[in-house]
Amino acid sequence: MRNPLNEKITTIKPSGIRKFFDIASEMKDAISLGVGEPDFDTPWHIRDEGIFSLEKGRTFYTSNAGLKELRIEISKYLSRRFHLEYDPLKEILITVGGSEGIDNAFRAMLDPGDEVLIPQPSYVSYEPCCILAGGVPVIIELKEENQFRLTPEELEAAITPKTKILVLPYPNNPTGAVMEKSDLEAISEIIIRNDLFVLSDEIYAELCYLEEHTSIASLPGMRDRTVVINGFSKSHAMTGWRLGYVCGPQEIMDQILKIHQFAIMCAPTNSQYAAVEAMKNGDEDVAMMREQYNQRRRYLMHEYGRLGLQCFEPFGAFYTFPSIREFNMSSDDFVLRFLREEKVAVVPGTAFGDCGEGFLRISYAYSLDSLKEAVGRLERFILRLRREAGDA
Amino acid sequence: MREKILTFIEKNSRVSLHDLAVLLGVDETMVCNELAAMEAERVICGYHTLIDWDKIDVEKVTAMIEVRVTPQRDMGFDKVAERIYNYPEVHAVYLISGGFDLMVTLEGKTLRDISSFVTDKLSTLDSVLSTKTNFILKKYKDHGTVMVESPKDERMLMTP
Repeated sequence: MRNPLNEKITTIKPSGIRKFFDIASEMKDAISLGVGEPDFDTPWHIRDEGIFSLEKGRTFYTSNAGLKELRIEISKYLSRRFHLEYDPLKEILITVGGSEGIDNAFRAMLDPGDEVLIPQPSYVSYEPCCILAGGVPVIIELKEENQFRLTPEELEAAITPKTKILVLPYPNNPTGAVMEKSDLEAISEIIIRNDLFVLSDEIYAELCYLEEHTSIASLPGMRDRTVVINGFSKSHAMTGWRLGYVCGPQEIMDQILKIHQFAIMCAPTNSQYAAVEAMKNGDEDVAMMREQYNQRRRYLMHEYGRLGLQCFEPFGAFYTFPSIREFNMSSDDFVLRFLREEKVAVVPGTAFGDCGEGFLRISYAYSLDSLKEAVGRLERFILRLRREAGDA
Repeated sequence: MREKILTFIEKNSRVSLHDLAVLLGVDETMVCNELAAMEAERVICGYHTLIDWDKIDVEKVTAMIEVRVTPQRDMGFDKVAERIYNYPEVHAVYLISGGFDLMVTLEGKTLRDISSFVTDKLSTLDSVLSTKTNFILKKYKDHGTVMVESPKDERMLMTP
């Protein structure tokens, strides 16, 4: 029989999170700090609209780009929250989660051999989506001493004549790093000078604890060279509804729409009706959740300080990214032992790029009580590791 | 800051001063001072425990009584409300807009306790025109807290 498979896909490794998940899920009474989704349920008024849309029999397709009403609400929301102005009829596309938007944008913008700058550690799908779209990923290894922000020097050093797109994943999963307005201004000049485009993944935009999120698309000269990815999963605790959106200049959006049209048809209709409610009346829920995440973030950072666990202070998303270099073991080994000995699941930094070695992603999308229990186990574990090191 | 403290302890008054200061990102002394001040100012009027009495072997009956009253000159409803809330078995008294005037929440051990309070004490007050007693059959949610079993975390253990 002939090889049924495409060569590119067979060379792509599955997500590094998967193998640990398989071990953890076999374990009884394991607790977890390993998830990348909110612990809150979708606010009831939003769920209620989803239910209502089903009761009304709204089980049809929507237009390819998504419900007009939803696109209009999104354009108002983006303007109100992030000073972004997009034409709801031509420049906003509703997608099946932010992930679809990432895939579509690469496919719409890349020709074979085009280089894509991907700062890492970052979300697991940029690199494979780039490869599948024929692009060449060029990894920029971010540094803890820069709080995992992308510096102008790092950006400049990675640019070649083939560079076409910079992926800008902030607020960042897994580090929790943010790029403040001044950081973005410092790199936007380089982006414009080198005629690059930006894929700005702003799915965590609502979860910023330092200053309000700034979208790079709102800076002078950047709108027409930026594709913004956002969605409802993190901000409105709607992961399972699978709903996101892409915004950008019409020239790019026209092509992205075609890919979406042929591959997806349209995003789930009842999710779209629920999302209209989220956009209209969800700001208070978002603020409430942000405040709770922020409290847990402070709690974890305080506990790391008490345990002497080194961790730069993250100001975005719902992750901390502590360093485990003092233990002289790989992230994978640490995670496996922690899971086996204390039954706590965390994600190794290496799942988000090689430069995540020596770090863990610890999520605080958990209740305070769960965090306290997990921190107690973490304390026991690292004291044991330090004792072992002392004995050796 | 007061609003943040209150919002937190409204749901969890057992939090330690230390933890509360960490969670809100402020100094422990400051939290301590604010709490003391708010207690003195009666912004904080008490720290209570939310109990589902149905789960243990204690008989309790709760009624919500709609009361229509004649307001009194110069005092409005305050005087009659006071006469009612001074009874220790009265849990809560609210002035209500709509078809009646006062909502009185009453707790007793038996139906007889409640009915004797209504007939002997409440109805006999001069300014009370009429009462309508509603017994609570089941508490689903109280003080913003759902009383039934809390749902389990069904998320996968690790997700990207």
